[in-house]
Amino acid sequence: MNTALIENTAGRGAARYAARRAARGRPIASHAPSGRRPGLVTYGILALVFLLSVFPLYAAAMYGSSTTTEITRAVGNLPRWLPTVRLWENFGQVFASEQFSIWLAFGNSLLVAVAVSASVVFFSTLAGFSFAKLRFPGRQALYVAVLVTLIIPAQVGTIPLFVMMNDFGWIDSVLALIVPGLVGAFGVFWMTQYLQEALPYELIEAARVDGASMFRTFWSIAMPAARPAAATLALFTFIGSWNSFFWPSVVMRSQLTMPLVVPQLRGAFTSDTGLVMAGVFLVALPLLLVLVLAGRHLVAGVMAGAVKG
Amino acid sequence: MALTSALPRTPRRIGWGQRLSRWDVKVSPYLYISPFFLLFAVFGIFPLLFNVVVALHDWHRRAGMGDFVGLDNFAWVLQQPLFWRSLENTISIFLLGGVPQLVLALIIAAILDQNLRARTFWRMSVLIPFVVMPVATSMIFGQVFGQFGILVPNLHALGLFTDSSSPFFQDRFLSHVAIGSMVVFRWTGYNALILLAAMQAVPRELYEAATVDGAGRARQFFSVTIPSIRPTLIFVILTMTIGGLEIFDEARLFDGGGTGGGQGGTDNQWTTVMLYLFNLGFGQWQDRLGQAAAVGWIFAFIILVISLLNFSLTRRISSTDAAPRRPRRRSRSASTAGQPGTPSVIAHEVADDAMEGAGR
Repeated sequence: MNTALIENTAGRGAARYAARRAARGRPIASHAPSGRRPGLVTYGILALVFLLSVFPLYAAAMYGSSTTTEITRAVGNLPRWLPTVRLWENFGQVFASEQFSIWLAFGNSLLVAVAVSASVVFFSTLAGFSFAKLRFPGRQALYVAVLVTLIIPAQVGTIPLFVMMNDFGWIDSVLALIVPGLVGAFGVFWMTQYLQEALPYELIEAARVDGASMFRTFWSIAMPAARPAAATLALFTFIGSWNSFFWPSVVMRSQLTMPLVVPQLRGAFTSDTGLVMAGVFLVALPLLLVLVLAGRHLVAGVMAGAVKG
Repeated sequence: MALTSALPRTPRRIGWGQRLSRWDVKVSPYLYISPFFLLFAVFGIFPLLFNVVVALHDWHRRAGMGDFVGLDNFAWVLQQPLFWRSLENTISIFLLGGVPQLVLALIIAAILDQNLRARTFWRMSVLIPFVVMPVATSMIFGQVFGQFGILVPNLHALGLFTDSSSPFFQDRFLSHVAIGSMVVFRWTGYNALILLAAMQAVPRELYEAATVDGAGRARQFFSVTIPSIRPTLIFVILTMTIGGLEIFDEARLFDGGGTGGGQGGTDNQWTTVMLYLFNLGFGQWQDRLGQAAAVGWIFAFIILVISLLNFSLTRRISSTDAAPRRPRRRSRSASTAGQPGTPSVIAHEVADDAMEGAGR
């Protein structure tokens, strides 16, 4: 039944398969050029890359464990090699600052990032399901419109968007951070690409035969099938939102987000470099935790995105 | 609609439930894409069009819309030495950050593309810089490159600089090097993983054949690996271009930002275009939204031109050696599979960037 509703599945390529595997956290099996294990030099280089990757955070922790005198005395070197209790004391000072509330910033950032990620994932999956699996007049044209909007540089809209937020009375409100971010063309593109392969037409057909409404079909069939790609999209949207600095500096004045705390730190503790660095380290910490918890997924997501390129 | 003809035609009267279901089938697709299109129209497309209006008016942050001035804002911007200086800075930082980033990413990807132990650990570790807040990176690098940092006193000791203050905050070129290094730090690992994914899809028989033919490791890398990952290379270069040109965070907080800072140096040595736009519209004394909107248009146009230029250039360069015997692309060519390749490659790019850039 409803055969016309369902498109032919064509071009089910290995690339899509690889992307799907990768998005599910099972990256494509690595087959080494010759199968033999690389030597110590390889691991040495990788270790060096690792050290360089963590160095800035490590340096921040070391500066954050030191007094300004120690820092100026140790010029040309890190003031110390191991963190001290001073780091904790400085954290305490950052939390106790009267110029800004890091809890408020944390709460705002979390609220914005969660709201934006949830919304982007839901609406992208909804639209992606429609574009990938439903047939309707104008589908092709509308999908092309989505792709075209991806090419337009975002900063063109900055000033008018600010004027709009001003007119809405949303300046200094998290609404200015959440509402414009509720949807994104990239999410629609990503979910459409994924659902085209991950969701067999037979499943949709079966649900329809069983009398499920369209929305029911979406909710119980498409949503679960979309989960791996949705998780990747959520993760990247979360990181993007959390680290975002330009737009929040445009629309926020007193209420802060985590990146906006950083310049405030400088303003609040100008004379205490150690305190500033401890604050910077503290602010950078949450996403490091995300990487530790969801690192596999993040890696798989980056690699899946590439296979589609 | 095609659906009706596909349904078996029965003379019986159509029941309410069936009619509802048919309505469901017809309307649902539009219903599902409408939240995206509605929100996107309001917060994506409308600002774009509205930007024309703002750019053509005398428009101030506090006073709001003023007189219609035509193209005066554009003329004003193009006459500002600071605009051109910021454009030079942006392109210089882009090159200093982009070229090493690409070379290092290729090398790291090639190293990761081996039969490694603890594979996932190494892959995750190169992503660390990507999740560190760019603003935090900027502050930390500012400290490291500063007068009391790790680098400058040692360079003094080597007799490279005699001035007691940090040359990275004085010299224009060196400030670009410092900011470029932050770009390299943030994006190299991320790009390495993307390139790695492409490298893993290169058929291993090609390497075997090359080995039989007597090609060394370096020769294999340049004659097999690079040509095989061409589409991904284009992808990476495009992301890099757009992301690199929009640089803001790193430049704003390089010298600490805070109150009064964040102008891009005492002599605007490292003011980027985005920083210039920001200061023009929202800086302490400036309040020129009309002019800032004009900067937005001009810059978007420049980015588009550079991206397209880059796109056609990379396409040509890497195809010269790949053309005669392009290897069988086993699981690579997704871009040519379904959607028209080119727009989706570029689109993918910009999207990626937009996600991390303005947070929209």
